[in-house]
Amino acid sequence: MLAYIIRRILYAIPILIGVNLLTFVLFFVVNTPENMARVNLGVKHVTPAAIEKWKTEHGYDRPLLYNRQAAGTASLTDTIFYEKSVRLFVFDFGKADDGRDIGYDISQRMWPSLAIALPMFLVGLLVNITLSMLLAFFRGTYIDMSGVILGVILMSVSTLFYIIGGQYLIGKLWHLVPISGYSVEWPTAIKFLVLPVVIGVIGGIGSGTRWYRTIFLEEINKDYVRTARAKGLSELRVLFRHVLKNAMIPILTGVVVVIPLLFMGSLLTESFFGIPGLGSYTIDAILAQDFSIVKAMVFLGSVLYIIGLILTDISYTLVDPRIRLN
Amino acid sequence: MNKAFDYHWWDIDLVILWTDALIYILVAAVSIFVIYARRHEHLRAPWRQILQRRLAMSSLLILMAFVVIGLLDSLHFKVPEAQRDDGRFQYSTEVYSLFDRLALPLRNRTEKTYSEPFAYRLYAKESIELADGTIRRDYPRLQYGAAHLDDPERQRAADIKQRSLVVLAKAMLAALIIVIILGSWQARRNKTTFMTSLRHMLTGQTNWPWRSVVATLFFIFLLIIFSIELGSHYHILGTDKVGQDVLYLALKSIRTGLVIGTLTTLVMLPFAILLGIMAGYFRGWVDDVIQYLYTTLSSIPGVLLIAAAILVMQVYIENNPQQFATVLQRADARLLFLCMILGITSWTSLCRLLRGEALKLREADYIQAAQAFGVRSIRIISRHLLPNVMHIVLIVIVLDFSGLVLAEAVLAYVGVGVDPSMNSWGNMINSARLEMAREPIVWWSLLAAFMFMFMLVLAANLFADAVRDAFDPRLRSS
Repeated sequence: MLAYIIRRILYAIPILIGVNLLTFVLFFVVNTPENMARVNLGVKHVTPAAIEKWKTEHGYDRPLLYNRQAAGTASLTDTIFYEKSVRLFVFDFGKADDGRDIGYDISQRMWPSLAIALPMFLVGLLVNITLSMLLAFFRGTYIDMSGVILGVILMSVSTLFYIIGGQYLIGKLWHLVPISGYSVEWPTAIKFLVLPVVIGVIGGIGSGTRWYRTIFLEEINKDYVRTARAKGLSELRVLFRHVLKNAMIPILTGVVVVIPLLFMGSLLTESFFGIPGLGSYTIDAILAQDFSIVKAMVFLGSVLYIIGLILTDISYTLVDPRIRLN
Repeated sequence: MNKAFDYHWWDIDLVILWTDALIYILVAAVSIFVIYARRHEHLRAPWRQILQRRLAMSSLLILMAFVVIGLLDSLHFKVPEAQRDDGRFQYSTEVYSLFDRLALPLRNRTEKTYSEPFAYRLYAKESIELADGTIRRDYPRLQYGAAHLDDPERQRAADIKQRSLVVLAKAMLAALIIVIILGSWQARRNKTTFMTSLRHMLTGQTNWPWRSVVATLFFIFLLIIFSIELGSHYHILGTDKVGQDVLYLALKSIRTGLVIGTLTTLVMLPFAILLGIMAGYFRGWVDDVIQYLYTTLSSIPGVLLIAAAILVMQVYIENNPQQFATVLQRADARLLFLCMILGITSWTSLCRLLRGEALKLREADYIQAAQAFGVRSIRIISRHLLPNVMHIVLIVIVLDFSGLVLAEAVLAYVGVGVDPSMNSWGNMINSARLEMAREPIVWWSLLAAFMFMFMLVLAANLFADAVRDAFDPRLRSS
């Protein structure tokens, strides 16, 4: 098991190098530092001297991949690729265009993101599984059919509609909770978190319930379930003791991989509700065309995704003793 | 120069945008497939099963209505504006689509600023100079909306009611014509009398869901006739900030939604199919390389990759303005680029599915036999493997469509969607966010965008369900 995990972590390195190379090509080769300087300086101030100055200030005055003038290892390290990309591997994210330390910002903004993403994820999971088990219990009846159709309808509504509509209805019309904002102090934070969490859960019900219902129905048609019923077990007992347990494997495939990514937050929710998390950080960076932050977030996202994949594999062994990692 | 002149329809100057060309290719491919599938029973059977379901048939018809509008909007041209002395035409700088010409009244009747649906006056007060020279602050009358009424406050409700009744009558007439055509066609086909086939149709004793067809067509006719009849006297969905008719904007956005939903898949399909099958069939180092490729790509958060690519594209456009002559061409290039980048982020899941299927199929007897006979790999893949994974491709295409249409709105909000000058539901929603903060709130363009998007996505989702049920052998058994 330990050997397997170590091998998986080693296998992650070439993938991360690939991610880095890809973003590097995208950011610096297709789009040269010269172009970035022009865009950042604005049309009025573009002079060769100003461009050079901007490049020096932001560390783009070096060759891209290989420095002919430097000697020894410096020919590889004194380059933009090394400065801007390789350093990410030790989680040294460098500085944003406005001079702030990206690593520090990420460590600060991670927690609000998590405070909103984690309850949303957990409550959503609970609601979706409960509803889908209810549909599976009533399978083939009108309740099931109308539930499925309602699910398709909920799925077809844009997330933006849930957010904008929910903000308007609950926040502005009924004045139940503040529309947006965030507080560091714990009890007051709850009233800011309720609305985004509720809206996030409602927005996910359609697709989530449908997805889990298919999993449960697939499981319900298997032989062991028929045996359990033949033994005379009640339908509820069959569902909770047997079907739910066995359905954990396909459920885990989709669920565990998402857990590390919860740190990244949600772009839409955070920016709509004014939560100072990583999602709104990313959106601001995109709007301000700050490539250093976007690159750092791409790298962070990839790392978390790979961690999620490894966690998925480990969780399989925990729920299914038949699976051995080697 | 501006003397009177006339021109024939062939005098127009066709403008073929990149996405237009791809749409034509797509339409041609679909038509060829339909003709091909009609002749082969094994392909016809699942489609018959799909279309015999009421919900699937209705949603297909609604999708078709969207597609027709999208196609009309994909034929671009410039019209002659003046005739020079040597007999040649001078063309307009503006590029029209066929849809623009059809909806010219909607397009041209712009007001000053916001106005509510069916309004006869503007949303905001203005200083109006009265006949006697005094100035009063009041809501000015709209230039076009309800302009035919003398006293709109009292006449409007009756006018709308009367026109709606006319619309209803016309739509019923149209539906009746459809019923008669269907009835006589069925009668000739089944060699019964017209009345019998009519009775069978109306009581639902046919294999095909004709009742749903008629009901859906009636619904579509109703909407179209309503838009034509009332849209020429009112702004049915109000006007936006610069006074454009919201109905027109929402209809123009259909093309953008359809392009993103279909061309994205079209762009990624060759890669996903080729790489997926190759990885599964050849295994070994080919498999390793391809697996590495898609793990790397899928580990990058999708929105961020799209954002990064669009930023790069923006910088490129800003630095090379000479390559994009008009605003339309620039927006079109960005749309195509967006489709490509969305394709790059979404091909991995299909590729993974196809790899798994190819891994399974390569052990099948008929492939083993082909290998034993010494058939070349390329032929095994194209003749034996490809036809047997096409159902997965089809399911993924229809399932992805609605997700992509919805994604467009989110991307527009993040600021990395289609060009701001292009009509799209995402852009409408994005600009409407500020309107929600106004007092009284401007809700109509937001609601219009959501309703159009909802209709398209719901129809696509329902249709996709039917397609999956018909083609997925795993579900069929249960």
